[in-house]
Amino acid sequence: MSIFVDNSTTLLVQGITGRDGSFHARQMMEYGTKVVGGVTPGKGGQMFEETVPIFNTVAQAVAATGANTSVIYVPPPFAADAMMEAAAAGVKLIVCITEGVPVLDMTKVYPYVKEMGARLLGPNCPGLITPGQSKVGIIPGRICMPGPVGVVSRSGTLTYEIVNLLTKAGIGQSTCVGIGGDPINGTNFIDALAAFEADPQTKVVAMMGEIGGTDEQEAAEFVRTQMTKPVVGFIAGQTAPPGRRMGHAGAIISGSAGTAAEKIEAFEKAGMGIAKRPMDFVELVKARL
Amino acid sequence: MNIHEYQAKEILRRHGVPIPEGDIATTPDAAEALAVKYGVPVMVKAQVHVGGRGKAGGVKYCATPAVAREKATAILGMDIKGLTVLKVLVTVAEDIGSEAYVGIIVDRATKKPVFMVSAAGGIDIEEVAATTPEKIKYHPVDPRYGLRTFEAMEMGFFLYQDVKQARAAAKIMQQLYAAFIESGCSLAEINPLVVTPTGKVVAVDGKMVIDDNELERLPAIEALRDESSEDPAEVDARKANLTFIKLDGNVGCVVNGAGLAMATMDLVKYYGGDPANFLDIGGSSNPEKVVNALRIITADKNVKAILFNIFGGITRTDDVANGIVTATKANPLTVPIVIRLTGTNEELAMKILTENGFSASSDMDEAVQKAVALATGAAA
Repeated sequence: MSIFVDNSTTLLVQGITGRDGSFHARQMMEYGTKVVGGVTPGKGGQMFEETVPIFNTVAQAVAATGANTSVIYVPPPFAADAMMEAAAAGVKLIVCITEGVPVLDMTKVYPYVKEMGARLLGPNCPGLITPGQSKVGIIPGRICMPGPVGVVSRSGTLTYEIVNLLTKAGIGQSTCVGIGGDPINGTNFIDALAAFEADPQTKVVAMMGEIGGTDEQEAAEFVRTQMTKPVVGFIAGQTAPPGRRMGHAGAIISGSAGTAAEKIEAFEKAGMGIAKRPMDFVELVKARL
Repeated sequence: MNIHEYQAKEILRRHGVPIPEGDIATTPDAAEALAVKYGVPVMVKAQVHVGGRGKAGGVKYCATPAVAREKATAILGMDIKGLTVLKVLVTVAEDIGSEAYVGIIVDRATKKPVFMVSAAGGIDIEEVAATTPEKIKYHPVDPRYGLRTFEAMEMGFFLYQDVKQARAAAKIMQQLYAAFIESGCSLAEINPLVVTPTGKVVAVDGKMVIDDNELERLPAIEALRDESSEDPAEVDARKANLTFIKLDGNVGCVVNGAGLAMATMDLVKYYGGDPANFLDIGGSSNPEKVVNALRIITADKNVKAILFNIFGGITRTDDVANGIVTATKANPLTVPIVIRLTGTNEELAMKILTENGFSASSDMDEAVQKAVALATGAAA
């Protein structure tokens, strides 16, 4: 078992002929992900790597392949439309890797995707991987191995660091999910935690948060009230200086919320294990398995 | 990106918001001439990207053109929280009856633009938010409809009893919302929104923060950038596509990814060191970025040791290794360097480094401890 992606995932790559899209499409295919189609307007009818058909639109691709998942590697000005196009075509899981999507675009994308009944991961995220089954995005496959730990993180490379430490210590993962660091993202910590709670393979969850916002505090409250499985947490930015103020409104909306100290306190209150250093995850997770 | 008050006011004025006349001056002569042109009294206001200008003495009331000259002389060149004032805004001083606050921010929780309005506006609005939150009304806007008139009126009546004033405020809020959307803002605010003794509703101060991700498609907004009011090292880093924030410590850090960069700084502190900076070289690798990163870091004379922490995913570690070799050949290092590389093309990277006389490890914890020890030893 796993969450969000597995052997039944059939994937479209939006932007498959671009520099990043083609590189990562190849990497995903090598990993064993079922890449069933690509989308690049104007290149419909061509083949990618001689095996993957390319379509002009997501709707055509879905009609021809029945894909249930799409991953987006298109440049920022086109990313919002790409996400909505996937949702309109009936794709159920949309993973947007693109970094630099304007937040005002996301205020429109988020409600639309929700209305279409799709799940969005990202934007500005590394995607997700269920080791041994399916990789959607850019998480390096070779640092992962199948096992009982659910991983959810706001960061990219920090996630790799911790997954790598776990794997080296012989501790595998059920699914690793990078939710992305943008202010508005499709899937948050609570969504992933709820899915891990319901997943029989997952025994322990490792969660990596960052300073800013209140997502981690809300996640901690969810852990306290709704979860039976142990969770180990880390907050990056414990020593970051207070950010340059965003005028009065920033202070008003967040109050004192968003500091590392406050988030760690919320973790403690929820009875979570707290990793002070990335390497602490190994012992803390091991003790809870 | 921050823009100045006078720039925000120009945008708001174009959207129809009533704003007292004003213009920018860079010399006391020009400030005096503007005071004559508009008629006194005027306000002389420092234009710097920092809050609390008034409390720092950067905003002054001037009853005569001569006073405007005198205050401009004092404010130009003044240091406010580390930033030098190079421009002042000279603007007509309105008589103030009451002060309200009107702001919009993109809210993470509701995932919408959210209005915040309060009749208790002015320089102590944060205090109001902290101690009497019931005095602030929050209103999320559905971006598909924009701010509809009935919503704006509801907020207008929250601020003012008088229907004329409520209606004027509602119109200003719709104009502010239009400016917020069209300028790609993450924040826009009017504080204070003033009712004059004659009942006019006017915006006396305005602030806008632009979402950096919007700048590529909004060249007219990008053109408002004032590099003279930014940290030179940060300007340099931005041009090299690096995210850099200078700090006070002595361990210079070069990392890929913001989360890992923050975790690296935390680990430096954990082992008793002090990071000199936050520097994220980003996802896609390219030796040129590493060369620029080293140039920026070594320009900081406080740096006693340099720490590279690279986890290669998209980033190819051999590109980073080549960047280190190229940069140090051109400009030999005068401080020790500790390199931690792992991930994509790690073996090749290690080979490149070893052949050029560098040593590298693949363990983050070990590398951080070593860098801290070197920096501390050098500082002692």
